[in-house]
Amino acid sequence: MTTHRSGRRRKAAASAVIVAALLSTAACGGGDDSSDDSGKKNSANGKIEFNGAVGKVLNASTKKGGELKFIGSQDFDFLDPQRGYYGFMWDFARYYTRQLVTPKPVPGKESTELVPDMATARAEVSADGKTYKYTLKDGVKWEDGKPVTSKDVKYGIERIWAQDVLSGGPVYLMQVLDPDGKYKGPYKDTAPDKLGLKAIETPDDKTIIFKLPKPNADFEQMLAMPSATPVRQDKDTKEKYTLKPFSNGPYKVDSYTPTKGAQLSRNPNWDAATDDVRKALPDTISVTLTTNADDMDKRLIAGEYDVDLNATGIGQAARAEALNPKNRANVDNPQTGFIRYAVMPTDVKPFDNIDCRKAVVVGADHKSLQTARGGPQAGGDIATNMLPPAIGGADPAYDPYEFNKNPNGDVAKAKEYLKSCGKPNGFKTTIAVRNNKPLEVATAESLQASLKKIGIDAQIDQYDGAQTSGIIGAPANVRKKNYGIIIMGWGADFPTGQGFSQPLVDGRFILDSGNNNFSMTDDPAINKLFDDAIAAKTPEEASGFYKQMNEKVSDSAVYLPFTQEKNLIWRSSRLTNVYTADSYNGRYDYASLGVVK
Amino acid sequence: MLAYLIRRLFAVVLMLMVVTLVTFGIFFLIPKMVGTDPATMYVGKQADPAAIEGIRQKMGLDDPILVQFWEFVRGIVVGRDYTSGGETTHCAAPCFGYSFRTEQAVWPILLDRIPVTLSLAAGACVLWLLGGITTGVVSALRRGTVVDRSAMGVALAGVSLPIYFTGVVALAIFHYKLEWFDATYVPIEDSFTGWLEGLVLPWVTLAFLYAAMYARLTRATMLEVLGEDYIRTARAKGLKEPVVIGKHAMRSTMTPILTILGMDLGALIGGAILTETTFNLQGLGQAAIRSIGERDLPIIVGVTLITAASVVVANLIVDLMYAVIDPRVRLA
Repeated sequence: MTTHRSGRRRKAAASAVIVAALLSTAACGGGDDSSDDSGKKNSANGKIEFNGAVGKVLNASTKKGGELKFIGSQDFDFLDPQRGYYGFMWDFARYYTRQLVTPKPVPGKESTELVPDMATARAEVSADGKTYKYTLKDGVKWEDGKPVTSKDVKYGIERIWAQDVLSGGPVYLMQVLDPDGKYKGPYKDTAPDKLGLKAIETPDDKTIIFKLPKPNADFEQMLAMPSATPVRQDKDTKEKYTLKPFSNGPYKVDSYTPTKGAQLSRNPNWDAATDDVRKALPDTISVTLTTNADDMDKRLIAGEYDVDLNATGIGQAARAEALNPKNRANVDNPQTGFIRYAVMPTDVKPFDNIDCRKAVVVGADHKSLQTARGGPQAGGDIATNMLPPAIGGADPAYDPYEFNKNPNGDVAKAKEYLKSCGKPNGFKTTIAVRNNKPLEVATAESLQASLKKIGIDAQIDQYDGAQTSGIIGAPANVRKKNYGIIIMGWGADFPTGQGFSQPLVDGRFILDSGNNNFSMTDDPAINKLFDDAIAAKTPEEASGFYKQMNEKVSDSAVYLPFTQEKNLIWRSSRLTNVYTADSYNGRYDYASLGVVK
Repeated sequence: MLAYLIRRLFAVVLMLMVVTLVTFGIFFLIPKMVGTDPATMYVGKQADPAAIEGIRQKMGLDDPILVQFWEFVRGIVVGRDYTSGGETTHCAAPCFGYSFRTEQAVWPILLDRIPVTLSLAAGACVLWLLGGITTGVVSALRRGTVVDRSAMGVALAGVSLPIYFTGVVALAIFHYKLEWFDATYVPIEDSFTGWLEGLVLPWVTLAFLYAAMYARLTRATMLEVLGEDYIRTARAKGLKEPVVIGKHAMRSTMTPILTILGMDLGALIGGAILTETTFNLQGLGQAAIRSIGERDLPIIVGVTLITAASVVVANLIVDLMYAVIDPRVRLA
């Protein structure tokens, strides 16, 4: 923590000299870094290294106390557990919400496994895979001391159906439990207790049973999302719930002012004996929001805050200072689970021809695209296929188009493909890219330059990024605008092939608006592989199907993957129990963090 | 004077109505004309049709545009209700709209931020008026000397260097390196010294830019005024130089300065976006920039209207002050 020397006289004198100092700004440059002052604040002991919290727990501790200080440049979408969809919100939500099951609180890929949270054990699943039964632990309480019941769990899940009032969150549970949309949500529920959803039964206060119309191997992953958090009916303030969610976790939300910040303190009715997941080490947790991301990075490096709430990576301006030898021990470089890529809609000419698509895939300069994303550290590894390493069935070594052999692209082979597709002299096309994503614009420019080498004249169209679902998410508009290449990125909502790939390549997920299957892939073989994987009895069996699915997607050459994304994230020297978790896109597992050594 | 005041107030109201109409049109009519649906911006990654319809209902997007405008204006005067899915949210007057991103009425959000922006604008204004006018007068009186050239050189630097540069340099030196200032805003009711400490850097940075402009304006105007016949007459009558400058020359010099001050202060109250962003001051400017990034249209409309109102009112005050500082101006 930075301390500031006091003394009004000094400050008064300081005020007077500021103007003079500002005049000499041109001579200030980056400042003299010969002093090791900030190194004293931030450098860790000799054992701590760059990436020290990736794959292992750093500074393990059980000491309680202190204030854990988050800072972020992006606000929560919602604190309402049924409405939140941002990845960092899901990580943060474990402070004030508990679910039946939750990601395992361990580093790395193992964190994608589930462990019981409010439930005594993982689900008892029926032989046909359609019934999931849980029993709640004793002693799980709300912040006012009343017990959390199975009916609270059911009511919380029912809130997902009230999309006309509570929009924003994931609707997987709605799609799986009520695919025909018969239930209208608790606010229109005519049942006296407002618990009319037939697919969930609560025979007593401790038991909850889910009845699925058809099996889904990832159902528990959906129950691990914050959207499956219990909400108590008498505390449901509907759309205002986001401003003051009622806690059943180790902390309660004392205040939340959107766009400004939040303050959390201990929930006295949370019983550690019922919770094997959350360490609950800090006494208080604060969130400060800013619009100046560069200054945020500087304040993190100066030790004024502990963690970047959003964890979207240290910005370009502060990167050099963060990676300075005296600071780099405080930097981690985890995989985020996102893939950055270009996709070619098969209903836009000439990309209806697979050889035209292959010309783009092999002709692109993969190294240049990686550099445009920020390089190997800030951008990530060159991606050679469309499954992230944390997903079952992924094979990072699978490189069907030999990107690693030809990192700068294979111009000769690309020209062969152009001949095969009947365009030996190349063709014209349009690259669509979101205007509010500078790195995506940079990759579009990089791709434009490499395609020019093989004779493809690609114009870049920067569209309003806030209107994605209505612009590139509307296939008719994509055809109308002749978008031959779309720049995008994707991360899984839950760490399976269903969670990552199904919206992208299952033909049954093609929508008129809000579509994510931009390539318009509708291959019955791929669709069947999803069905087989979802009906699989074991994760290993499902992984086999997802591996085949990934190979078929690569064969179709509709995707040009850029990077398996990595971020550089700052870790303050105060942090204890710190590790990155694949379950939260490489962020630190917030529920485990402490600040007292 | 009273009749003039009434006329001007009527003009202010009319002007604000026009601004409201234009602002509303830009944010709600144009999207409709180009075929985009603002509701799709508020429904998240999985755009459920019921969610889109809920937002459309709540925003009243299905109503004719004139009805939407009438409801908006009526809301400012008497408040309004937003209904969706059978649930009604009341927005008390003055209701400048409802933010679907934050689930809050716009006015309380902006009201919470106004003290920050007012603190920034008022403090910086005092500094730049003191610094700018003094520098300009001294330069004019020492025309052609080293003092004049140095002062105008400084002023040129002030005008040329953008706030996002001087602000970052000020933070780098005085906050991060020397640690003299905390550079974190503290409400004045929590701690007066904390408030001062948190605002010194933003004040000085902002004032540096404006003082430079005011110094150049003051110098030019003062030089022009000093050449006027009545100044020569005052000197010929044997008045002391401080009286000639302070009483006679300054009054005329202040007229254009007041005019530009009205515009500048009004715009600043609407939000000093760069300064607030650089120093992370949670004022109206930062609300505006965040809302633009998140396409939170109701907040953008609210900030725009407050900015317009500030400029119009500040100009009204300036017009009234003309009579005070310059007896030649008669208002009625």
